[in-house]
Amino acid sequence: MELDRIEILLEKYFEGETSIAEENELKAYFSSADVAQHLEHYKAMFGYFSSAKEQKFEQQIPLKSKKLQVAWLSVAASVVILLGMFTFYNRNISQSEDLGTYNDPEKAFEETQKALNLLSKNVNVGVESMQYVNEYQQSKNLIFKN
Amino acid sequence: MNQSEFVKIITPFKDKVFRLAKRLLVSTEEAEDATQEVLVKLWDKKNGLDKYNSVEAFAMTITKNYCLDQLKSKRAGNLQIVHNNYTDGQAGMQKQLEDRDSLGWVEKIIDGLPEQQRMIVQFRDVEQYEFEEIAKMMDMNETAVRVALSRARKTIREFMTKTHNYGIG
Repeated sequence: MELDRIEILLEKYFEGETSIAEENELKAYFSSADVAQHLEHYKAMFGYFSSAKEQKFEQQIPLKSKKLQVAWLSVAASVVILLGMFTFYNRNISQSEDLGTYNDPEKAFEETQKALNLLSKNVNVGVESMQYVNEYQQSKNLIFKN
Repeated sequence: MNQSEFVKIITPFKDKVFRLAKRLLVSTEEAEDATQEVLVKLWDKKNGLDKYNSVEAFAMTITKNYCLDQLKSKRAGNLQIVHNNYTDGQAGMQKQLEDRDSLGWVEKIIDGLPEQQRMIVQFRDVEQYEFEEIAKMMDMNETAVRVALSRARKTIREFMTKTHNYGIG
């Protein structure tokens, strides 16, 4: 390829007036081994254009509709929340049911008696106060009987 | 349209979408995210694709708009930092140019161009679209595309000549 032609093409190239075919001619010239020395600095430029075309997109294309994914995500999230609430609730219940227990029957008996004593004492408090009412009733009967 | 038909349609240009996204966003990860986003958008519109003469041109336009939106929102988010980066980049560029390999320089120079010129260089010099197609995708007229392209190519030439002379001297 004669140098004159390349220089004319370069001129046109920088004015944005070359066709694709002419640009390919330039690319071919600058990728060849015998580039004129005063044009050497264009080599990298045309070399870059060819190499830039080699880059590929290698990732998977996510064709599954995104909306569906979001839907599933929200289902999964609500299941997790429900499970969380359920176990939390259960644990609270089992804690409140656990009132303490005794492995030794004797001790259990003692404790039960203690508890029942406490109960009866408190019941008696109520009954004692009833005694006054009873007394009142008796005196009323005495007075109004005759 | 089923999945395999769709894949058949997008396979010829999905790399071009990725390369355009990378040209604009620079970071590979962001470009990959953008490409996925664009392809998902196309998939969602799969039933209306017949309307378009060229699905490829449509895809490139979506990519362009998506990436420009990304850049805009990033810039609005941290204007100060971007500005600092910009001045830093200019100052450090000459130094970086010295120790990078020559193809790396060209990439740096192109990525330093204004977005519009960057896209046009990508479309023309890398992907080799015709001016008519570029004009459609960029929503410009052909003359304006040629002018912008010429400006971009001259800027690249200027940098290449400078670094070349520097290398000799």
